[in-house]
Amino acid sequence: MNDMRIADRTVSSDTAKMTARGVQVYYGENHALKDVDIDILGGTVTAFIGPSGCGKSTFLRCLNRMNDTVSIARVLGEIKLDGEDIYDKSVDPVTLRARVGMVFQKPNPFPKSIYDNVAYGPKIHGLTKSKAELDQVVETSLKKAALWNEVKDRLHAPGTGLSGGQQQRLCIARAIATSPEVLLMDEPCSALDPIATAQVEELIDELRSQFSVVIVTHSMQQAARVSQRTAFFHLGHLVEYGETGQIFTNPQDPRTESYITGRIG
Amino acid sequence: MTDATSQTGRSGAQPRKSLHVTDARTRRRNAAEARFRFYGAAAIAVSILALVILLTSVLGNGLGAFRQTFITMPVALDATVLDKSGTGDIEVMKKVTTIGYAKVIEKALATALAEKGIATDGLTAKQISGLLSQEAAANLRNQVLADPALVGQTVDVKLLANGRVDGFFKGRVTMDSAKLDSNISPEQLELALKMREAGLMSLSFNPGFLFGGDASELRPEAAGLGVAILGSAYMMLIVLVLALPIGVAASIYLEEFAPKNKWTDLIEVNISNLAAVPSIVFGILGLAIFINFMGLPQSAPIVGGLVLTLMTLPTIIIATRAALKAVPPSIRDAALGVGASKMQAITHHVLPLAMPGILTGTIIGLAQALGETAPLLLIGMVAFVREFPDAPPEGFFDPASALPVQVYNFTQRADPAFVERASGAIIVLLVFLLLMNAVAILLRRRFERRW
Repeated sequence: MNDMRIADRTVSSDTAKMTARGVQVYYGENHALKDVDIDILGGTVTAFIGPSGCGKSTFLRCLNRMNDTVSIARVLGEIKLDGEDIYDKSVDPVTLRARVGMVFQKPNPFPKSIYDNVAYGPKIHGLTKSKAELDQVVETSLKKAALWNEVKDRLHAPGTGLSGGQQQRLCIARAIATSPEVLLMDEPCSALDPIATAQVEELIDELRSQFSVVIVTHSMQQAARVSQRTAFFHLGHLVEYGETGQIFTNPQDPRTESYITGRIG
Repeated sequence: MTDATSQTGRSGAQPRKSLHVTDARTRRRNAAEARFRFYGAAAIAVSILALVILLTSVLGNGLGAFRQTFITMPVALDATVLDKSGTGDIEVMKKVTTIGYAKVIEKALATALAEKGIATDGLTAKQISGLLSQEAAANLRNQVLADPALVGQTVDVKLLANGRVDGFFKGRVTMDSAKLDSNISPEQLELALKMREAGLMSLSFNPGFLFGGDASELRPEAAGLGVAILGSAYMMLIVLVLALPIGVAASIYLEEFAPKNKWTDLIEVNISNLAAVPSIVFGILGLAIFINFMGLPQSAPIVGGLVLTLMTLPTIIIATRAALKAVPPSIRDAALGVGASKMQAITHHVLPLAMPGILTGTIIGLAQALGETAPLLLIGMVAFVREFPDAPPEGFFDPASALPVQVYNFTQRADPAFVERASGAIIVLLVFLLLMNAVAILLRRRFERRW
């Protein structure tokens, strides 16, 4: 990946895919996220950066209600996907998560075959009508995840037998197999070596044409490489949010500047 | 910092020592390690020794129960005695009691002895037939009633020898002990020796021990474990069918769905405590609730099964919860992340991964239940049961025995022949336990997956 693209990147859409207004998250007594307002744009890679414990992963998990699984977590405020409140009582988190997919920090393929890993989402949501259609979905998903050529001859080998980078791309394929509209990635490259990281980053850039991608990362270089927009979180606050180039070259907030120059964090 | 200052700095500390010389402190540490290793090895050696002693004692005493002395001879099944009507009507034939058959056998034995030229001087007819088990006539009667066409023919039959004769061939009874024994005399034993030489009497495998019912105190040679094995099998079936689903469902609810508050904490503590409750307490509970309150029959496998289910549940719940906890949370996240519902995440991914642990826990629980004696004593399974229970489900309500109770039962009887029976029953019990553990290991291997 080259760093020189910062200048020429453009945001392909101005329409907000997801909007958050006044989001507060409490873990028991701990106020983890304070009053976050953000618009995630369609067809854009948005990076969340910030020091450990700043709330960026917490916010990411709010976007597809993965925080529901944490019994002590409370989410206040309003998060909308295409104008619909995702925390409304009538929303089933299961259907939400089919539209807002997630890739986790550690590659976590199911201990099943590569094929079953990718086919699982479409199967449980009944997205395909026939075996042939399912095969097609698996193939396109693996192709989009740039894994097809490496695994096409061993689709029925266990997914856990792949290398770390391949496993993570398998997880991406699994996440995009349900054709989500937004793809959330929680430090997807933190367990990968530089070569695998480069592959995944390249992939993220390609995925942008079909999905909104939100990526949490600890690496500022990675944020600069892959994202068009960057949000900087600090101590539970959204400090600054804007064009990636502007955040890295001309930050408005002194805390952002301190972080990207390495003085805090 | 220069070399010189660093040299002086070092000289202030202890002088450098050779790697080849160990100091006192290192020696002490090494000695402690060596001592600990020795203690560990000694502990293992002691336990292996105990196991060997136990197995030698049980096998030495019990293997004999699987072999029994039989008298094999031709018996003329006299139609005039056994089928007085001559019509072959089974109802008429049933009127002939074992006394009639005993006479037939007595006659056949005398004929067989005469044929082989074995002198029986000085022995009364009663003493000669005393070599046979009292059960022999009943066995022959069953055989004939099962196949009435035999009547009128002369057939070779294998009849149980008396327990004392059997004991003589197994070394339990000697000529000296027979002198003091009112049940057997040295003369009878000499006759038995002659019969063995003539091929009339021999030791062979005894299917009756595994498949026959219990027998009375006076007929140790006929006592079998069939009813006990079947009773235990029925109870295990009930325990498996009840405890596995209830235990797994309870564990999944507690582990995955239940809110963490003081009520669930209380339930958790109680489950752990239940696992440590003495089993006899469950027996009293079963007696009070299942028999006295609900009116279920005594000595029935259904009651035993219910009591053992209560006893096994905590074991299964604890094992299942541990297995569920051991499934990495990333698998749950992965499933939820692609939009699986909580139940789908559990049934599709968590349960299969926890399965080896659940099955191991269940089988360990079952094995524990199989060996449990105390609660069964309280619900009346210690009763003397000769008749086999029917096929399930009605059979669950018939009186039956259980293997460990049968062991206890055998040890309570006076005749020394029952020592051998008890040890034999222990061997059977141990074989079942080993089989169950082997199944547990196989299942664990079969279902084990890496992630």
